[in-house]
Amino acid sequence: MSTPILELSGVHTHIGAYHILHGVDFAVPAGEVTMLLGRNGAGKTTTLRTIMGLWRVSQGDVRFQGQSLTALGTPEIAHQGIAYVPENMGIFTDLTVKENMVLAARSARNASELDTQRLEWIFGFFPALRKFWLYPAGKLSGGQKQMLAVARAICEPRALILIDEPSKGLAPSIIQNLVTAFNELKRQKTTILLVEQNFMMAKALGDSVAVMDDGRVVHRGAMRELAEDESLQQRLLGLSLGAHQ
Amino acid sequence: MLNRILSHDLPRSRLLGWVLVLIVLALLAAPFLFPGAKALAVAAKTLVFILLVASFDLLLGYTGIVSFAHTMFFGIGAYGVAVASSKLGPGWGSVGLGFAGALGLSLALSLLIGLFSLRVKAIFYAMITLAVASAFMTLASQLSDVTGGEDGLTFKNPLWISPAFEPFENPVLGLMIDGKVLTYYVILGVVAALFLLLLRIVNSPFGRVLQAIRENDFRAEAIGYRTVVYRTWSNVLSAAFATAAGALLALWLRYVGPDTTLSFEIMLDILLIVVIGGMGTMYGAVVGSVAFVLAQNYLQDLLKLGASALEGVPLLSQIVSPDRWLLWLGVLFVLSVYHFPTGIVGRLRAMALRLKA
Amino acid sequence: MSANTTAATSPAPGRPKPGEPPAGGRPPYSAGGGQQVPKAEFDWKPLLILLGLIVLALPAIGSPSSWLTLTAAGIAMGLIVFVIASGLTLVFGLMDVLNFGHGVFIALGAFVATSVMGGLSGWAGDNGAAQFASVFAAMAVAMAVAGAIGWAFERIIVRPVYGLHLKQILITMGGMIVGEEIIKVIWGPLQIALPLPDVLRGAWYLPLGNGDAAIEKYRVLAAVIGLGVFAAMGHVLARTKVGLLIRAGVQDREMVESLGYRVRRLFVGVFAVGSALAGLGGVMWGLYQQSVTPQIGAQVNVLIFIVIIIGGLGSTLGCFVGALLVGLMANYTGFLAPKVALFSNIGLMVAVLLWRPQGLYPVTNR
Repeated sequence: MSTPILELSGVHTHIGAYHILHGVDFAVPAGEVTMLLGRNGAGKTTTLRTIMGLWRVSQGDVRFQGQSLTALGTPEIAHQGIAYVPENMGIFTDLTVKENMVLAARSARNASELDTQRLEWIFGFFPALRKFWLYPAGKLSGGQKQMLAVARAICEPRALILIDEPSKGLAPSIIQNLVTAFNELKRQKTTILLVEQNFMMAKALGDSVAVMDDGRVVHRGAMRELAEDESLQQRLLGLSLGAHQ
Repeated sequence: MLNRILSHDLPRSRLLGWVLVLIVLALLAAPFLFPGAKALAVAAKTLVFILLVASFDLLLGYTGIVSFAHTMFFGIGAYGVAVASSKLGPGWGSVGLGFAGALGLSLALSLLIGLFSLRVKAIFYAMITLAVASAFMTLASQLSDVTGGEDGLTFKNPLWISPAFEPFENPVLGLMIDGKVLTYYVILGVVAALFLLLLRIVNSPFGRVLQAIRENDFRAEAIGYRTVVYRTWSNVLSAAFATAAGALLALWLRYVGPDTTLSFEIMLDILLIVVIGGMGTMYGAVVGSVAFVLAQNYLQDLLKLGASALEGVPLLSQIVSPDRWLLWLGVLFVLSVYHFPTGIVGRLRAMALRLKA
Repeated sequence: MSANTTAATSPAPGRPKPGEPPAGGRPPYSAGGGQQVPKAEFDWKPLLILLGLIVLALPAIGSPSSWLTLTAAGIAMGLIVFVIASGLTLVFGLMDVLNFGHGVFIALGAFVATSVMGGLSGWAGDNGAAQFASVFAAMAVAMAVAGAIGWAFERIIVRPVYGLHLKQILITMGGMIVGEEIIKVIWGPLQIALPLPDVLRGAWYLPLGNGDAAIEKYRVLAAVIGLGVFAAMGHVLARTKVGLLIRAGVQDREMVESLGYRVRRLFVGVFAVGSALAGLGGVMWGLYQQSVTPQIGAQVNVLIFIVIIIGGLGSTLGCFVGALLVGLMANYTGFLAPKVALFSNIGLMVAVLLWRPQGLYPVTNR
C-alpha cells in the first residue's frame, strides 16, 4: 500500500438529530482504487458526503494530502483536487451534455476552451457522449447519464475521485465501460474511492477495501484478501458475494 | 380545575403564570382601575388583538402556515356588523345577522383558499394570500354604497351597549356604568371564552396533528394524516376566530373603515406580536398584545421627546419622529426574528426549565 | 433530487436559450456523423395564449385604433413589470430565497430618479438630447444605488436565513418596512412628481380603422428597454459561464458546489443584479405614473408576486410571458370593464394555476 492521500480519523457525522457516523477511521492509499463496501444504511454515502463537505464533521478529522478538510466548504474541497460523483449522478437535466462538461471544466469558459485531447480520450470510453453532445442531459438514458457523471469528474485531471454506486441499475455492458475507464484512470495514478454494492465490479477494480457497518469501518485490507476469503465476506457483507448479481 | 379550563396547557413558568394573572386581573378591572376613555380604549384594543393574534397563532405557530389574508377575515367580521347595523338599523338582530353573514363569507373564502393550497406550494400560498388580501382591500374601498368606501361606515350599537345607556343611576365602585363599560365586558367575555376554546383546540388530538404537520408534513402524510384536510380546517377555524375579533372591534368603535381592519399595518402588527410574544404558544398572543399596545403608546411618547430634543437636526429628527413609529417597529421586528425566535413566552419557559434542572 | 420526473410527462420547458444554434465554436466532434440530434421541444403553449389574448382583444374592443393603443400600452407596462420581476424570480430560482422586500428597491430606484432628474433638469433645459441623457443618468444611478443596497441587504438581512422560508418571509418583509420608512425619512412621506422630460412627452398617432391609435413615446422607450433587458438576460444565461452556473445552480446547487464553484458568491451577485433591475423598473414605473410615493414598493410588490407565480418561480421566460399577460389584461379590462380590472390579475393567476399549478414554465426540480 502506498502512502495515503486521504485519511479519516475518528469521524463522526450528525444529520439533524441522527448520529450516522460513529468514528470512521480509514486511509485511502494514493494511486489505487479503494472500495468502500457495506450493507445498505452502513454509512457509505454519508462518508463520501462528509469528505466532500456536504455534511459537516461533528468530531474527528479528514485529511487530504496532509491538509485538513473539515473547516473547508465544499467548493474549496473540490479545489483541492477532489471530484465527486454522487449516487443520483447530479446531472443538470436542463443543460446539454456539452454544457454539463463545460461546467465541470473549471478552467474552460466555454466549449471551445475544453481540452480537445482529453475530451477525445473520454469519448473513447463513452462514445454515447459524443453522439449526444448537444442533447439535453435529461433525455439521456440512465446508463448514459452515469457515463456523463463520470466524464464530468474526469474532464480535468483530479487527484481523488469519489464515486457513489455507479453501477446501480446499469446493464453489464455499460458497467464494463465504466470498469475500463476506471482501470485507465488507475493506470494514470488517479486515486479512486468507490462505493459499490456490485462485488464483481469491486473485485475487478479494487486494490484496497474498507467495509463499513453501522457508521464504522469494521474491516480494512487488501482486496485480494477479502476476495479469497468467503467466510470473511459472509461475516462482513452478509452473504457470499461471489454469487452477488 | 384550572387545568381543565386551560385544557392542560399551563404556562409552565412561574413568572409567566404571574404575568398572565396580572394581565387578566388588570383587564377584568380595567374600567375601575384606569379611569378615562383612552385607557379603556387601550384595554379594549388589547382584548381584540389577543383574540386576533391567538387565531393567527393557530395558523402560523401551530400549523406553520404563513397567510397574509388574516386581516381580510378581521375586516369581514367588522364590516359584517357595520353594514348590517347601518342598513338594517341598530339592534342585536342586526348584529347577529351581520355576524352570521360575515362568518359565512369568511368560512367560504377560507375554505376556498385552504383548498387552493392543495394545488400550490406553501411559498405560493403566502404570496397568493397577500394578493387576495390586497384585492379585498381595494374591493372594500370601491364598493362605497355598501361599505362606505374610503370613509367607512359609522353606525349605532344595540341599546345596552350604546355609550349613552346608563343602567344604574349611581356610580358603582366609583365608576359610572354606561354602555361603553358594558361593551367592554361583552368583549372581555367573548374574548375569554374564545381564547379558552382555542386552547382546547390546540391541545386536542387535532391540534397535535397540526403541530406534527408543522414539524414535518411529509412524515405526517406518511403516517396517514391527510395534511390538506387539516390545513384547510386550520385555515377555516383561524378565519372564524378572526371574524369574531372583527365583529367585536366594530362594536367597540362603532365605525369601520379600510384602515381600521384591512390595512397592511395591522397585518404587520399581528406578525410582530406573534413573533415577540412567542409563536405556537397561545399565551404569546396575550403577553405580546399587552406588550405591543403598551409599547405603542409609550414608544410614541418617547419618540416625541426625542423629536423635540433633536428638533431642527436634519435627518436625525426625522428618524425619531413619532410618525416614523413604523421604522422602529420594523427594526424591532427584524431583531426579534433573528435573536428572539421563541418570543417572550418561549424565553420564560426556557428559563423555567433551566431553573428546574 | 430526481432529475427524470418531467421527462416523461411534459416536453422540457423552454428556457431562455433560443435553441442551440449551430454557431461558431462548435467542436469537430459535435455532429456525430451528421446525425439529426433532437433538441428540447420548446413549449409554445403559453406564447400562443399570449398571442391569443392580443388577437381576441380586437373584436372585444371593437375599434382597431383603440386596440392598438391599448396593446401598446399593455406591452409597455408588461415589460416594465418584467424588468422588476425578473430579478426576483431568478433570486428565488437560484437561491431559494423569497424576498418579500423586493418592493423597497423599486421605491428606492424611483426616488433616486426624482433626485437625479430634479437635479439635472436645470442643466438639461430644453435640449432634447440632454433630457434623454438625464433620463438615462437617472436610470444608471438608480440601478447603482439599488444594486449596492441590494448587496448589503443580502449580506445583512437575507444571508442568516437561507433555507428557512418562514423566517425569510418575515425578515424580508420587516426589511421592506424599515426601508420604506427610511425612504420617508430621506425624501419625505409625500408623493413626489416625476415628470417626463418634454422630449419624451406626447405620442405618435397612427391612423388605423376609424380613428388614430396613440402610441406614447415614453412607452416605446420603456418597451425597448424592457426588451433589451430580456435579451441581455437571455444572452447571459445562455452564452456565458456565469449564466451556465446560474441555470445549473437553480437545478442543483449542491452539485455546482461539488464541482468547485462558490455558489454563495454568485448569490450576492444575482441578488444585487436583481435589486438593480428592480431599481431600474422603479424609475420606469415612476415615469410611467409621472409620480412616486413611498408606498410604490408595496403596491407593485403584489403585482410582481402575481407575475412570478403565473410565470413559474425561477423561470425568466415564464416571467416575461406572465408580465406581458398581466400588462395586457390590465389595459384591456381597464378599458372594457373597469370594475373588473382590479381583479383581472388575481383572476388570471387563478386561471393559470388551475391549468398549470407550478406556473407557465415550471422549473424542473421544484
